[in-house]
Amino acid sequence: MRQQRQPASPSLLPAKRGALYYLRKDRFLYLLILPGLLYYVVFKYLPMFGIVIAFKDYQPFMGLEGIFSSEWVGLHHFKRFFMSQFSWQLIRNTLLISVLKLFWGFPAPIILALMLNEVRQRRFKKVVQTISYLPHFLSTVIVCGMIRTLTSTDGGLINLVLTLLGQEPIFFLGDTRYFRSILVISDIWQSVGWGSIVYLAAMTGIDTELYEAAEVDGASWLQKMWTITLPGIMPVVSIMLIFRVGNLLSGGFEQILLLYSPMVYSVADLISTYVYREGLVNMKYSFTTAIDLFTSLVAMILVLGTNWLAKKAGQEGIW
Amino acid sequence: MRLKRITRGEWIFRIVNTIVLIGFSLIILIPLWTVVMNSFVSQAEIMRRGVFIFIPEEWNLDAYRLLLGKGSNVYRAYLNTFFIVTVGTALNLVFTITLAYGLSKRYLKGRVFFTGMIFFTMLFNGGMVPNYILVKSLGLLDSLWAVIMPGLVSTWNMFIMRNFFYAIPDSLEEAAFLDGANPIQVLVKIILPLSLPSIATIGLFYAVGHWNSWFGAMLYINTNTRLPMQNILRNIVATTSAAALQDVDTALFETMQSPPPSQAMKAATIIVGTVPILVVYPFIQKYFVKGVMVGSIKG
Repeated sequence: MRQQRQPASPSLLPAKRGALYYLRKDRFLYLLILPGLLYYVVFKYLPMFGIVIAFKDYQPFMGLEGIFSSEWVGLHHFKRFFMSQFSWQLIRNTLLISVLKLFWGFPAPIILALMLNEVRQRRFKKVVQTISYLPHFLSTVIVCGMIRTLTSTDGGLINLVLTLLGQEPIFFLGDTRYFRSILVISDIWQSVGWGSIVYLAAMTGIDTELYEAAEVDGASWLQKMWTITLPGIMPVVSIMLIFRVGNLLSGGFEQILLLYSPMVYSVADLISTYVYREGLVNMKYSFTTAIDLFTSLVAMILVLGTNWLAKKAGQEGIW
Repeated sequence: MRLKRITRGEWIFRIVNTIVLIGFSLIILIPLWTVVMNSFVSQAEIMRRGVFIFIPEEWNLDAYRLLLGKGSNVYRAYLNTFFIVTVGTALNLVFTITLAYGLSKRYLKGRVFFTGMIFFTMLFNGGMVPNYILVKSLGLLDSLWAVIMPGLVSTWNMFIMRNFFYAIPDSLEEAAFLDGANPIQVLVKIILPLSLPSIATIGLFYAVGHWNSWFGAMLYINTNTRLPMQNILRNIVATTSAAALQDVDTALFETMQSPPPSQAMKAATIIVGTVPILVVYPFIQKYFVKGVMVGSIKG
């Protein structure tokens, strides 16, 4: 064992060796990664083969063999989804809610970071930061529970303020006009402080000489922010944006599942919540797997596309 | 710090900035405050003072007595959560560290293939139903393992961990290799002690993830007594009071003249579910912030 070990210097090895040679030489390393790789094969790749049921007529009672023995139906389930009255509504809700969250939620932590960055009293800055991280540590269940309490018509804080202002109380969670706004606002409430960390870290990395030079030139705080701070954090902004766009079709699933009700399905039902209800509650396995496959493919194209665009625009991609 | 005159505009900006940040902090804190106070409100006080009470006159603990009484499901739920958090996180770390360490060795044949194979799962997955069929076929349904196993390695955390390992100079290991140690010994004796802070960070990510998760348990676990805390929280907070009462101390409930109002029940449940996190929050915050920053660096 000791004679043949030459870590970190592959160039010293003879050029061509068989797979067996390397398997023997690095057998401990392969042993180390084996459990992890097995996990990926079993829990990530096996389900991918399960996707075939999207093209079959699979019923839950058929068990495992049914995946192979069930009848092929081609694109039947895809056609059924796109012909149904739901498909347009689900796609619209999924995109709209994500885009709303992106539009309002993406700039929010950047603005907070810029504001915190201008604070000169360190203690004050630290206190605000610590408070702002707090909601991140509350679980989705708890935050949604708080939203229910705050918006409730008997004793909720928000309705109390409305009554004080002479308005009628509103059942926000059952009202199609307000449901999406609640999702967006609570999303920002929970994530804005935490999201600002990355940008604050990027700001501390900006060369202070730039600011000093700008001051000599008589630049105002606004000019400094606009011409030094913002360009300085642009690479981080672009990476964060790619991740957000990549999650465009999945974000907020748990939040909606905890808050929605049939009253607001028309504005709140996502592709994923629909897949959950129809697939796992109503057991339409093949149909919903087809819908899932469609969404996964679109999400993948979105990530690859944004990454390509970001690189095209001269920013860093995620790979 | 900086010796320069401050313009009028800048003064105004600073004052406005400070006011906005104080307002922002209040928006974060007030909802939390009202939840805490709500949990102590009694039905009688609501009848007397109206529904919204910023500070209760009398501190009524009935909601907590129901939640933490003998017949309550909360203890069992916390035991389940404790099992998922400890066993789950330990397994997460073992699988993540071994995989990340192996893949951090640039001379390992097949490394690019394996990394690509793992990265691909970030872009594409089998979907909800095939995952459910898998968990069911593996016989994991209705057990806590169904919550732990499908999320054994988080690809994101694994890549962060691998980047930590990249940063450790090879020279530290080479001496051990020359002495005939194998990579497993090197990992345990040299690499792990060096990367304890990073491991703590990743471990915390996993632990908080387990602590907060509820959807897996909702999908895979049917028996009420096997549900973790978040699911009990959800039952009490998000459903009607009648359905939620099966989780509290029912015997005590029946003896109560005027049971606590449902909003107090919900608020108290939220507090019971949050206090453990708030107790450790000051200690773990630092690690988290560090982890987020490392994660944001390109791998």
